[in-house]
Amino acid sequence: MLYALIAVGYTMVYGILKLINFAHGEIFMMSIFFTFYAITVAGMPWWLGMITGIAGGALLGMLVDKIAYKPLRNAPRISALITAIGVSMFIQSLAIVLFGGIPESFRGVYPDFFDKIFTIGGEVVEKRGREIVINAVRIPSITLITFVVTLITFLILWFILYKTKVGMAMRAVSMDTKAVALMGISVDRIIGLTFALGSALAAIGGILWVGKYPQVWPVIGFMPGLKAFVAAVIGGIGSVSGAVIGGLILGLIEIIAVGVMPQMAGYRDAFAFIILILLLSIKPSGIMGKRELVKV
Amino acid sequence: MKKTLSVKTQILLTVVFIALFGILLSSAEQNLNSYFIRIISLIGIFSIMAVSLTLVNGVSGMLSLGHAGFIAIGAYTSSLLTMTVQQKEASFILTGVAFPLNTEILSNMPFFWATLIGGIAAAIMAFAVGWPSMRLAGDYLAITTLGFAEIIRIILLNWSKITNGSLGLKGIPSYTNVWWSWGWLMITLIVIGSFVKSSYGRALRAIRDDPIAAKSMGINVFKHQLTSFVISGFFAGVSGSLYAHWLTSIDPKPTTLGISLTFNILIMIVLGGLGSLSGAVIGAGLFAVLSELLRVVESDITIFGLTIPGISGMRMLVFSALFIIMMIFWQKGIMGRNELTWNSLYKGFRKIGKRGVGVE
Repeated sequence: MLYALIAVGYTMVYGILKLINFAHGEIFMMSIFFTFYAITVAGMPWWLGMITGIAGGALLGMLVDKIAYKPLRNAPRISALITAIGVSMFIQSLAIVLFGGIPESFRGVYPDFFDKIFTIGGEVVEKRGREIVINAVRIPSITLITFVVTLITFLILWFILYKTKVGMAMRAVSMDTKAVALMGISVDRIIGLTFALGSALAAIGGILWVGKYPQVWPVIGFMPGLKAFVAAVIGGIGSVSGAVIGGLILGLIEIIAVGVMPQMAGYRDAFAFIILILLLSIKPSGIMGKRELVKV
Repeated sequence: MKKTLSVKTQILLTVVFIALFGILLSSAEQNLNSYFIRIISLIGIFSIMAVSLTLVNGVSGMLSLGHAGFIAIGAYTSSLLTMTVQQKEASFILTGVAFPLNTEILSNMPFFWATLIGGIAAAIMAFAVGWPSMRLAGDYLAITTLGFAEIIRIILLNWSKITNGSLGLKGIPSYTNVWWSWGWLMITLIVIGSFVKSSYGRALRAIRDDPIAAKSMGINVFKHQLTSFVISGFFAGVSGSLYAHWLTSIDPKPTTLGISLTFNILIMIVLGGLGSLSGAVIGAGLFAVLSELLRVVESDITIFGLTIPGISGMRMLVFSALFIIMMIFWQKGIMGRNELTWNSLYKGFRKIGKRGVGVE
C-alpha cells in the first residue's frame, strides 16, 4: 500500500517530464525529518507536525524542480537523469550534515493509538489471572490507518486529476507539452505543481512509513524510493492506476516470498529487482503501460 | 609544417612519455611519504574505474549505475583468493569459511592472477546482467543496473559463508602499490583506447548519437552494447581488486562498495567530460586530490579566533553541489568528448606558435 503511494508520485513526475526523479526517496526521507522535528523540537501537536511534513515535502519537491531540473528541460534526457542522481545525493548528504548520521527513534512521537493492535476473532483464555486472546488475527492499528489514509489520498488525487482544471492541465502536459504551451497554459507552473503533488504523496508515504518502522536516518529514503520506482515500472510507468496496482503487487510478492521462504528473509530487498528485471525482459511497458512508437 | 604527426613519432612519443612517467613514479615512491604514495595509487585505481565507466556511459551512451556492483565482485573475488587460510579463519569468526575457499589452492594466490580472475568474474556477471537489460533503453537500464548492484550488495551481506556477511573481509594483504595501479591503468587505457578507436567504437558512438539510424545502417546494437558492457565490467572488476588491496578491508556497506562509489565515479567522469577517456583520467585525478583537500571542511576551522566545528559528511555535500552545478552550467566538463592525444597537443602548440608569430 505504501509502495503504491510513493509510486504514484514517481509515475506522475515521469509522466510529465519523462524523468526518473531519483530525489523522490530523499523527499520521502526529508519529510519524515520535518515531521520529527516539528513534533519534538517545535512542540507542535502531532497532526500539525504531519501537515508541516507534507507541506515541507511538497515545497522541497518544487524547489528541486526549480533549481535542478528546470535549466535542463531541453537538455538530453541522460543529463537530466544524471542530475537527478546528483540531487538525490545532495539532499542525502545535506540531511547527514544537518541531522547527523545516527538513526533517531520515532517511538513516542506519534500518539498512542498508532501503536495499538486490534484483534479479530480468537478466544479469550484465562492465564495466571489475566485474560489474553489467542488464535486471533492481529492487526496493528497503523496498518488500518495506512489503508484508510491511502484510500482517502487516492480519492483526493483522483479528484484533483480528473475534476479540476489544474488536473486537466497536468494530464494535458503529459500528453503534449508543446500544444499545452500554445493553449496559453504555463507549462513550468504545471510541472512545479506536479512536483509538489507528487512530493506530497511521498511525504504522506513517509509519515505512514515511520508509524510502522519507527526509526529515521538520512539513508532511509533510498530503498523505499527504489522499490516505489520498481512498483511504478511494474504497473507501467506514467500511468497512475498502474502505479497503484504495481505497488500492491510488489508489496504482496514481498510478503508472500518471505512467508514462503523464511530463510530467504535477508534477501527481501532483492526480490523487487529480480521481479523488475524479469518483467522488463518480458513486457517492457508494464502491466498498464502503453507501447510507445518512436518515429525516426 | 605537417598538420598531424606520423604514427612513428606518436608511438615514439608514447614510449618516451611512459618511460618518463615511470621514472617520475619511482622517484616519487622513493622520496614522498607514504600518504602521498597512497594517494597516487588511489588516483590510478579511480582512473581505471572512471575509464571503464566512461566506455559505457560516455562512449556507448548507456547510463549504467551498476558499476559498484562489478567493482564489489572483483574486490571480493580477488581478496578471497589472495588472503591466506589463517587470515580467512581469523576473519570469519561467526560462520567459518565454506569448503573450497579454505584450501591452500584457493588462498595466497599471486596478486596478478587474483586480479585477473576478479576481472573475469565481474565480466561474467556483466554478461549475465547485460543480456536481459541491454534490450532496455535509457532510464530502465539505469534502474536495472542500479537494482542489480543493490542485489549484489544484498547477496554479499547475506551469504555469510563466502563473504563473511556484514563484517566484511579484513586483513587483505596490501599488495596495491603505485606500480600495480598505474600498470593496470596503462593496460586499461590501451585496451579500451584501441577498442574505442576500432570499428566497434565508431559503431558504439553511432548508436549513442542515434540508435535507430545506427540500426538501419546494419549495426547490431545489442551485440555492440553488450560487448562494451562486458569489457567495462572486466576492468571494473580489476579496479575493484586493486581497490580492495588498497583498502585492506572491505564490507558491503553502501558507502564502501555501494551506490556512493558509483556516484563518486559519476562525478569523476562528468568532471572530466562524458565520453572522453583522457578526461576520465583527469577527472579521477582531480576527484582524488580534491577529496583530500576537502578534508579541511570536515575538520575544525579557525578564522580570526572563531572556531567553526567540522561536520563530517560535508565533503559529500560539496561534491554533490559541485556535481549539480556542473550538470546545469558546464555539461561538457574539462575535455568534452575530445581526447588528449599527441595530435591534439601538437595542434594546440601550433596554434599558440602561430599566435606568437602574429603578435610579432
